[in-house]
Amino acid sequence: MSLSLDEVRHIAKLSRLELADGELDATLAKLNGIFGLIEEMQAVDTDGVEPMSHPQELAQRLRADVVGETDRRAAYQAIAPQTEAGLYLVPKVIE
Amino acid sequence: MIDSSLKDIAAALRAKTVSAVELATESLARIEAGNPRINAFVTVDRDGALAAARAADTRIAAGDAGPLTGIPLAHKDVFCTEGVLTTCGSKMLANFVSPYDAHVVSLLKNAGAVMVGKTNMDEFAMGSSNESSHFGPTRNPWNTTKVPGGSSGGSAAAVAARMVPIATGSDTGGSVRQPASLCGITGIKPTYGTVSRFGMIAYASSLDQGGAFARTAEDCAQLLSAMTGHDPRDSTSLERSYDHYGADLARPLAGLRIGLPKEFFAEGMSDDVRLAVEAALAEYRKLGATTVEVSLPNARLAIPAYYVIAPAEASSNLSRFDGVRYGHRAAEYTDLNDMYCKSRSQGFGAEVQRRILVGTYVLSHGYYDAYYIKAQKLRRLIAQDFAAALEQCDVIAGPTNPTVAYGIGEKSSDPVQMYLGDIYTVAVNLAGLPGLSHPAGFGKDGLPVGLQLIGNYFTEARLLNTAHQFQQATDWHSRAPVF
Repeated sequence: MSLSLDEVRHIAKLSRLELADGELDATLAKLNGIFGLIEEMQAVDTDGVEPMSHPQELAQRLRADVVGETDRRAAYQAIAPQTEAGLYLVPKVIE
Repeated sequence: MIDSSLKDIAAALRAKTVSAVELATESLARIEAGNPRINAFVTVDRDGALAAARAADTRIAAGDAGPLTGIPLAHKDVFCTEGVLTTCGSKMLANFVSPYDAHVVSLLKNAGAVMVGKTNMDEFAMGSSNESSHFGPTRNPWNTTKVPGGSSGGSAAAVAARMVPIATGSDTGGSVRQPASLCGITGIKPTYGTVSRFGMIAYASSLDQGGAFARTAEDCAQLLSAMTGHDPRDSTSLERSYDHYGADLARPLAGLRIGLPKEFFAEGMSDDVRLAVEAALAEYRKLGATTVEVSLPNARLAIPAYYVIAPAEASSNLSRFDGVRYGHRAAEYTDLNDMYCKSRSQGFGAEVQRRILVGTYVLSHGYYDAYYIKAQKLRRLIAQDFAAALEQCDVIAGPTNPTVAYGIGEKSSDPVQMYLGDIYTVAVNLAGLPGLSHPAGFGKDGLPVGLQLIGNYFTEARLLNTAHQFQQATDWHSRAPVF
């Protein structure tokens, strides 16, 4: 299989990545190389095989719904690009 | 003194023939002298190290020292360290100072180990050569025109260059074993779920596992034992008790059955690596082990399956880098979406962007079953292969890398060639098994060759025992590079 330039533009958009027009062809060629490698998977019959997501077949642990963390908002916001009055600032979304 | 074993350093500390401050000073001096050539460290924390060393000396004086108290160590820059830069090798996090410590970091802090700095790595641990770091490539101390391996290449190079006796790493597809092999040291990745991933910046969560580097298996056992344990903050951390991994080191190898996967000894391995690996196996036979051929018929599918699962999980994990809460934000943008796109495109390097694109594609509507589910089915077949092979032997052995360290720049323009270097290591992560690499000799141009040992779940102590016995009979691990 091979991707088209439009597909690369589409997945870049889904990924919130901006690819410059000049990079598109090189990116496409490299992605197609990678997908060429990945395609080797399809040669194997996996009918009836159960997908494996965790080697120990562990179920997600549940915990009691109690407060375990202290309020560290100031420490967390100190590393944010832009904050004001305890809020994270982003460009205006609704006029 | 930092060239000695951890046991000897700890004894000297207790006997007061050396202080933790002296050890830290020695380590910092070696970093200062060697790092301009090796680029193993992104951050050196001189003040923090000396303060931690003084605290360690106080503990030692009070008789409250453990085996790692006062020992200098380096953390891979994938582990969050409160108050000290954590970059993950990326421009995205070039100014990121974590508000908390990773679980591994706090365990080692509590053990009294003295962190001297944070080591260079492939960006977001995505790479096999350390060339994708935003902070420039790390160089192999055995030959500074060669790569150290990756993604924990900075940690491996720092230990190989005798800047620190021990260092942490993380291994998603071989990122501890592979650089350990190329740098001529010992590295272990334990069973998935053994070391907490809390505060270890996520790449592919179902595969990521913390690991340990040292010159010897004995020292790896000491470090890994201090990193292990259940952590409720990591939902995949296993609730079980752990014995000290060094408990079994003295066990003789007589009767040990070593399985040799015929697929690992087929074509693909270079002649110099084959020669060193065969010689190491002959040494194991001399020590009383027997070798038996085993088969991992789906091993060749490990790379395609890995390069679906890892990018898929990465594309999801790295969606958190949006320029809002932490990390790089573009200086100029037109609206919120443009801010996301520009911040991410500027903050991530080419290999990270490629893996996000691959991951986004394989998870997108209509392709999920054909790629992600298919890869997870292959993952089960690969795990079943290992289970069958481990019925016939106690440990599996083979090469860690198909070749010795290659030149910086040699493979960086062709991602597929780079990925194929992971052929012997990725299957272990897919199955979640423990794996270790130890020095096995030297190949072309005097560069180190590693031997990989793979064991069943929770057999870390057996792997370390096996490597330790080999290291009692050989001296490959004590050879030091001149750089």
